[in-house]
Amino acid sequence: MWDHEIRAMASTHAVIAASVFMATVVPAVFVQGFSVYGTHLLWLYSVSGTVTAVSVAVFWLLGITPPTKKHTLGYKLSRLFRSCLYFFLSCLFFHTVVVLYGAPLIESALETFSLAVLLTSLTTLRCLCVLGPNVQAWIRVFSRHGAMSVWDTCLQITVTCTVVGAWVGAFPLPLDWDRPWQVWPVSCSLGAMIGFLTGLVAAPAWIHYHRKQLTYKCK
Amino acid sequence: MKGLLVLSLLFCMCAMYFVGIYLFVGGFLLVRLEVNRTSTCGDVLQPGEEPVDFCRVQPRFRRAVLLIIDALKIDFARFDPSNTSPRPYENKLPVLEETASSRPSHSRLYPFRADPPTTTMQRIKGFTTGSLPTFVDVGNNFASSAILEDNLIHQFGQVGKRVVFMGDDTWESLFPKKFHRSLPFPSFNVKDLHTVDNGILQHLYTTSDDWDVLVAHFLGVDHCGHRFGPDHPAMADKLTQMDGVIRSVIDRLQNDTLLVVMGDHGMTDTGDHGGESQKETDAAIFLYSPAPLFPGPPSQSEPDVVPQTDLVPTLALLLGVPIPYSSVGQVLLPLFPPLGQTKGAVGELSQLEALWINAKQVNRFLETYSGMAKDIPPESLSQLKDEFAHLSSEYLTTVRDGRPPSPELAVSLQAYLSSVRDTCRATWARFNPFKMAAGLAILAICLLNVENSPGLKAPVVVALTAGLCVAAGQLLTQGYIEVAWCLAAAALSSELLLLWTACRSRTTAVAKNGFKAAKCTSWLTLRRLLIPSLMVLLIRCACLLSDSYVIAEGRVVTFLMFSLALYIPIHLNWDGLLLPPSHDPLKSAGLLPSPALSPSTVRKESSTLLTCLGLLIGSLYLSLSFHGCREEQGSCQPSPFLSPLSRLQDSQLKNLHYILSVSSLGLWTYLLKRCLRHYGNLNSSGGTVFTARWILPLLAVCLGLHWAVSATPEDSFRNLAELISLAQLALPRAAFCLLGLGLFLIWLDPLTVFVKTRAAASARGSSLPPPRYRASTGISPQAELHHLIPQIYQRMRRSLDDGELSGSSDVDSRPAVEAYGLGTVYSAPLLLFCGLLGIGLLLLHPEGMALSFLLLLLEMGALMHIHASSTTLSGGFNVPWTPIVLWSLAATQFFHATGHLPTFPSIQWGAAFVGFPEGHTGTVLPASLVTLNTFASHILFAVGCPLLLFWPLVCEVRGSRGGRACGEEGEDAVMEMRLRENPQHFSAALLQLSTRYLFIHGAQVFASVCAAAILRRHLMVWKVFAPKLMFEASGFLVSSVSLLIGVTLVLRVDVAVGRWFKRIIPDASR
Repeated sequence: MWDHEIRAMASTHAVIAASVFMATVVPAVFVQGFSVYGTHLLWLYSVSGTVTAVSVAVFWLLGITPPTKKHTLGYKLSRLFRSCLYFFLSCLFFHTVVVLYGAPLIESALETFSLAVLLTSLTTLRCLCVLGPNVQAWIRVFSRHGAMSVWDTCLQITVTCTVVGAWVGAFPLPLDWDRPWQVWPVSCSLGAMIGFLTGLVAAPAWIHYHRKQLTYKCK
Repeated sequence: MKGLLVLSLLFCMCAMYFVGIYLFVGGFLLVRLEVNRTSTCGDVLQPGEEPVDFCRVQPRFRRAVLLIIDALKIDFARFDPSNTSPRPYENKLPVLEETASSRPSHSRLYPFRADPPTTTMQRIKGFTTGSLPTFVDVGNNFASSAILEDNLIHQFGQVGKRVVFMGDDTWESLFPKKFHRSLPFPSFNVKDLHTVDNGILQHLYTTSDDWDVLVAHFLGVDHCGHRFGPDHPAMADKLTQMDGVIRSVIDRLQNDTLLVVMGDHGMTDTGDHGGESQKETDAAIFLYSPAPLFPGPPSQSEPDVVPQTDLVPTLALLLGVPIPYSSVGQVLLPLFPPLGQTKGAVGELSQLEALWINAKQVNRFLETYSGMAKDIPPESLSQLKDEFAHLSSEYLTTVRDGRPPSPELAVSLQAYLSSVRDTCRATWARFNPFKMAAGLAILAICLLNVENSPGLKAPVVVALTAGLCVAAGQLLTQGYIEVAWCLAAAALSSELLLLWTACRSRTTAVAKNGFKAAKCTSWLTLRRLLIPSLMVLLIRCACLLSDSYVIAEGRVVTFLMFSLALYIPIHLNWDGLLLPPSHDPLKSAGLLPSPALSPSTVRKESSTLLTCLGLLIGSLYLSLSFHGCREEQGSCQPSPFLSPLSRLQDSQLKNLHYILSVSSLGLWTYLLKRCLRHYGNLNSSGGTVFTARWILPLLAVCLGLHWAVSATPEDSFRNLAELISLAQLALPRAAFCLLGLGLFLIWLDPLTVFVKTRAAASARGSSLPPPRYRASTGISPQAELHHLIPQIYQRMRRSLDDGELSGSSDVDSRPAVEAYGLGTVYSAPLLLFCGLLGIGLLLLHPEGMALSFLLLLLEMGALMHIHASSTTLSGGFNVPWTPIVLWSLAATQFFHATGHLPTFPSIQWGAAFVGFPEGHTGTVLPASLVTLNTFASHILFAVGCPLLLFWPLVCEVRGSRGGRACGEEGEDAVMEMRLRENPQHFSAALLQLSTRYLFIHGAQVFASVCAAAILRRHLMVWKVFAPKLMFEASGFLVSSVSLLIGVTLVLRVDVAVGRWFKRIIPDASR
């Protein structure tokens, strides 16, 4: 029923997952002593940057982004500007939420913010790509009858997986095992990353198995 | 009567939980009373001799060195030359075996059996007092861990021996200021193998000669066990190091010095200890002296195993000090010469003399203890007494006659001592696994029964029968009744009956619907249990099984609450209820049901919900700054608000804190009154209103003044000192009295309804009559109209009299009624009750906690409003799981946010002295004050629990504003009278709410019970899990009692409202 979209989705996700893998492996060639734990922030930036770039490119190429009504340059620029603004605001939002969850306020603000950037590039960026800079639509998507296309359902699944992954990632923090991945924010960002990858796999699979039941309202 | 049924059902449920907890705790927590008497030198008088002062006599050894190697298992100490490929822990201490075989009269190695609990602190207590320390040694001093019982260190100090200590800093906290010199090293970090040992080694050999007793406690072996386990090369290194230490100490010993090398407990194959398996209990003891120590070579009469308690009397008699009062040990006979072989030295006691001194001391202790406590079975006690009387007469006649005593006498003295120790051990030092299992089972079935609505009669009858049967059976077979087992039988039988009834009703339902439906329903129940709120509860319970999570409990609970709070709007949004439905084509086509609420209402409710969510999250975050610190949390700073004002030095800071506290107290009072006034509850003239108007502010003023007085520095107002001390006494007592009076008045007259009778024929008309009494000042007439509820009465009467009443003549003859505050008639007294109680509990806390209490009130309000809004948005009457889980997690959260921790040292003992600066005579009053202080948040949240049921109804009036435009207000503004309308539904909902609240707390108790049972051997069991269990269990106790109080208050209001209605409408007998 949605075979074409599902295939496109699966390949997109494969590309994104591959880019995550590359972003983890390639810097090791250029940077001395690069490792996910040791130079965690660097890894975070590399992954965030790669995911951002690849997602934007892929979704732009696929043309999922809702069609703009106006085609003037000024309108496009303002959309671009608003997207950047939302990206930044979402970073701040995630930072606030993480701090409210109990992250240190001042001490490791940079680490916390980097985690927020990662979360943003894994979740908000996708919203931006699929739905455009439209918060109303974002809120609408996360309701039972809110998804209007296969891509919206996919968005629901990946975003939920990422956020739940980050949430679960906080659980090892209080344990006294003294492992390198228990350092703030390593476990959370790893959790988010694992959740994201799970979402990438789970979304096409879930949609494939439920393709008979899926009905969407027309846009 | 329905209300009584609800109460008694709740009571039965609580009773089940209590029985479960009681049984488990009875089997798990070993309790012993401390005897605070000390032996003196005069106690050791020999019969029939000159009264020689025992302590003045030259003892056998002037000095002693105690090398304690933590967790020195007997396997570590043995040496087997035939073993060619030893494991890392084998054959690493050859010095012991070498010395023992080369100089048999100077040294010997024995297995040294410790009593459970095999944890270091309890063991140190054990081999210094000679007693059997349990987890809870009930003494006079809870606050510090110092040993108050008579002990060796104290006795050394009494006779002027200088004790020098180095090593594990546990000693320093057990014996503060008892040492001549001490060099404590931190023992907490288990990962650190070397700090303590290297610290000791630096000072051990160089220490100057100013000691009589040198105690060195090495921790490396134990830490190595915890970290790597015994079977690890690090253990070999550590043991080899210890071997070197012992060698060099032996080389340096002088002739008058005794060396004792010993382990305090053993370890399991994984390196843990704490339990009672032989691997954990069997340590090693090695005795050595350059002077001949043993009169003979190792013979057949050597003991196989030396119990740990035996060290105390032996050391005491060898070093010439009295045996500590509470010791139940037995002297090590091989160290003493048989009678007649004493070489004339004055201090040298023969075997029989030593035994006699020992037996006399043990008998004296037994007499004292049995006078204080009744936990030693009386029949064995009287048997022991008879035995001693017999032995003492025999010994005395022997000594008086001067004839050589029979060897049987020594044997029977030994037998007496052993049987005393065994009796004591059976009482104090043994877990009771049957009781533990029974407690666990009862609690588990209790939790399973949560959603079954039980009858009352059958279970009670069954419980009584079972209990009586067991009691009778015990009486017949044993001759006495053990209450615990009767209770267990009663609880278990009634619970099983309930479970069976529930199962049967389910199976009959299944039989009706066929097999497929059964599968379906079981799947549905599973699905229903996997909702996020219960998942959060599950995570919370799982957290209680990990020591790290228990240590970080405050933050963990806040994290979980935050997650669950965020889940509410997300879930509502998922159901499409958060946003007003946009105009979509499907709805117009009739495919979706049209929403019951108008878009403006939805928008308003959502914004209320989100605002309250913000408030909730804000108070959650702020509450984190009021936490105290456990000693396990290394780099943690306790909240500055936790220290009382009088301790602050900086006067500016003090003023700032004071102003903050007083203003939050004022805000607390203001918010309460504001809320009551808002709903029109302050118009009548009853007791509750009097309380709200006068007692509440007066109480707050009292509290503010009390803080001011107690914070004044003592030296600044010297001439007012008397006045200040009087105020310190009078102000809190006045506050207590006001609190009691207020609570009593609320109980006596809980109605807050102001009735205005009006001869109004127009009341039945469509237009609202203009109010002549203002609900209060400061509220616009429009707002007032909402809470003026004349329509209720009209409506109710209409519905009542529908049958008989058709015309209008009858109506005119009766007065129409306006009732202010009828809509909140249930919640207003409850809210006021909570508010008053909150101020009363705040009195018991440090001043800075006022901020935290304010946050508590705000969070309560936010939770109630969130619940109300989400109920309005999604509908429903019963309280769902999410708000109840949030509510009970909030209780735990504020337990931490009011500066409490589930550890004994962190109990705020100062609370016992509020209003009683001179101290107390009894123990009931201070204990209850401290309990109130500790479980303040549990009490407040449990009493306020029924508010969750009322608040959606209270807030209904706001929801109706949208409907008002449609002219339906008369239908909507019923508020809590809905409860009155269907009393069946009301009591069912109340029962369900309370059961669920109990279930959540019960589940937490169950989890900590499981933690204690499963992790009996855990390193942290006595430090983390057992205290947590105690706190959780007492929290449950307090919560359930408070919940019962809250429910009773609601039912009391219900009765009052019923009476009120009867008075208004005499013929309406509802």
